[in-house]
Amino acid sequence: MLDAGPQPLVQVSDLKMYFPIHTGLLRKHTGDVKAVDGVSFSINQGETLGLVGESGCGKSTVGRALLRLYEPTAGKVVIDGQDVASLTPEALRQKRPTMQMVFQDPQASLNPRMTVADIIGEPLLEHANLDEQGRLRRIYELMDQVGLNRSFANRYPYAFSGGQRQRIGIARALALNPKFIVCDEPIAALDVSIQAQVVNLLEDLQTRLGLTYLFISHDLSMVRHIADRVAVMYLGRIAELSPRDALYARPLHPYAEALLSAVNEPDPNRARRQRIILKGDVPSPANPPKGCNFCTRCPKVFDLCRTIKPDLIQAEPGRFVACHLYSNTNAGPTGTQAPISDNQQGVSQ
Amino acid sequence: MTELKLARPRSQWADVWAQFRHHKGAMAALVLLIVLMVFVLIGPLVWRTDPNFIEPNTAKMFKLRNLGPSWAHPLGTDQLGRDMLARMMFGGRISLAVGAVAMMVALFIGTTIGVLAGYFRRLDSWLMRLTDLFLALPLLPLLLVMMFLFRDAISGVLGPRLGTFILIVTAIGVTSWMQAARVVRGEVLALKEREFVLAAKSIGTPARRIILRHILTNVLSPVLVAATLGIAAAIITESVLSFLGLGFPPDFPTWGRLLFDGIDSIRTYPERIVWPGIAISLTVLAVNYIGDGLRDALDPRIRGR
Repeated sequence: MLDAGPQPLVQVSDLKMYFPIHTGLLRKHTGDVKAVDGVSFSINQGETLGLVGESGCGKSTVGRALLRLYEPTAGKVVIDGQDVASLTPEALRQKRPTMQMVFQDPQASLNPRMTVADIIGEPLLEHANLDEQGRLRRIYELMDQVGLNRSFANRYPYAFSGGQRQRIGIARALALNPKFIVCDEPIAALDVSIQAQVVNLLEDLQTRLGLTYLFISHDLSMVRHIADRVAVMYLGRIAELSPRDALYARPLHPYAEALLSAVNEPDPNRARRQRIILKGDVPSPANPPKGCNFCTRCPKVFDLCRTIKPDLIQAEPGRFVACHLYSNTNAGPTGTQAPISDNQQGVSQ
Repeated sequence: MTELKLARPRSQWADVWAQFRHHKGAMAALVLLIVLMVFVLIGPLVWRTDPNFIEPNTAKMFKLRNLGPSWAHPLGTDQLGRDMLARMMFGGRISLAVGAVAMMVALFIGTTIGVLAGYFRRLDSWLMRLTDLFLALPLLPLLLVMMFLFRDAISGVLGPRLGTFILIVTAIGVTSWMQAARVVRGEVLALKEREFVLAAKSIGTPARRIILRHILTNVLSPVLVAATLGIAAAIITESVLSFLGLGFPPDFPTWGRLLFDGIDSIRTYPERIVWPGIAISLTVLAVNYIGDGLRDALDPRIRGR
């Protein structure tokens, strides 16, 4: 995969994002919420990586740390040849046009006191050297691209429906011809009929403009529709990173298996999937378990899981799993084949 | 390529005005404020009596003292025989000017400190402790001490009228910005976590332009409310200072000074404090209602409903 496929556009290695906890009268630093704890993956040019997981597992934090909207605690984020995590503020500002974001809540991500033209024009005002005519032309072009009527340019966000607002947000993200877009649950706040429209628009733009997406979502069927590869996160770590079809057909990690068993099957004639009900709650990210993060709830847990954190290793060609069931030191009961101890892109964790 | 034009069917300010007109209270208040402005600005051009004219002939002067309303003196005369109508007109000029300018000074300081404290976490604790410090100071004694210490020095440089005006405006401004700062800080703290600020950051907008473009426009409503209340408070504070005899020079009428002069004879001639009292109350009321209407009109979410 290293030399065969296209060059990765985004390469994340060992990304950590800790939020400090201060307690007591003196606000002493007593611990960290480990929202993202050592995440590594890469996204190829033109590819869509889906990032799924339950609420609070750190999906959105990964997306925001990637664009350095948060200052990552540790790790490298190489986007298009430059390590975003270590750029100086001015270099980062110059870098911003290559990477953009579509936000979850289209209501909150648009300034209620700016017109649509002002919102879409803001990135142009900041980065593009255009006069008023040129800017207006580009704004109209973007509105055409995302399917917004040009006559809406002077209206305020409150006048639009959720789907239209998300289109405004997408147009703003596209304004500077980015290469990489983080879609942070762009459809979570929309109703189902509009979700399809927005996802189709995103796909359409990807084919036309050659965009690369990190598609963060908790909607597994939508991720199945849009993503090429899918990363399943649990408690700040990636549990499994596999090509879409392989993952949905046969998830390797017990958590991925449980998560996917929750997807509803629309066809009642098909055999109903065996649901795996997980017991207990997600441990606090401020105090994760000593061993594997999933060991407190895993149906296939054994001793090693409680002491050593499993690394993300290649279990099958192109499939990466962080689970002791697939590590060669201790092949578990359901280990299907001899795992290849090869960390993705040679990144050591 | 044809010339593109951003069709602006109606300008934003036309929308604001249309919404403002729907607010009956605000429109009534606007009319009232205009009447008051006409009274103090154009009135002296029509009613050409010198507010400080005291009859030099002592016998005549005594006859002119404490008169009730008449055609010669529609609001009567004061204890020195000066025409009350003219004094009300000239006093209003000063009171309204002090109110507006002191409010602007207070608002400028308050908004600046509030935005800086809310947006930059590092400055927050320092600026808020400073605000607490000012809130904890007993303001009236502080104002009195400031007036007492600096009035003569400034009057010597700038003349008694301008000097006192600037001193009063500054003194009121630097002692009444704290409420605005607190309100603005709270609002900014909430705003900067909103996703559109995050979106601006992801675009690469520098902090100063995020503040100007996204934060300030959205703290407009609380600032406007603070502004209208501020005008009222400034007029009243000036009245208090004049009332305590530490405001403008005694021969210089302001509404507060008129109250102060009238208080001695409140039992015999109550109308002499009623006129400035009504004028102050009406101004404060009008400004508050206008602020209310303006806040509604400036919010695009309320506008057009």
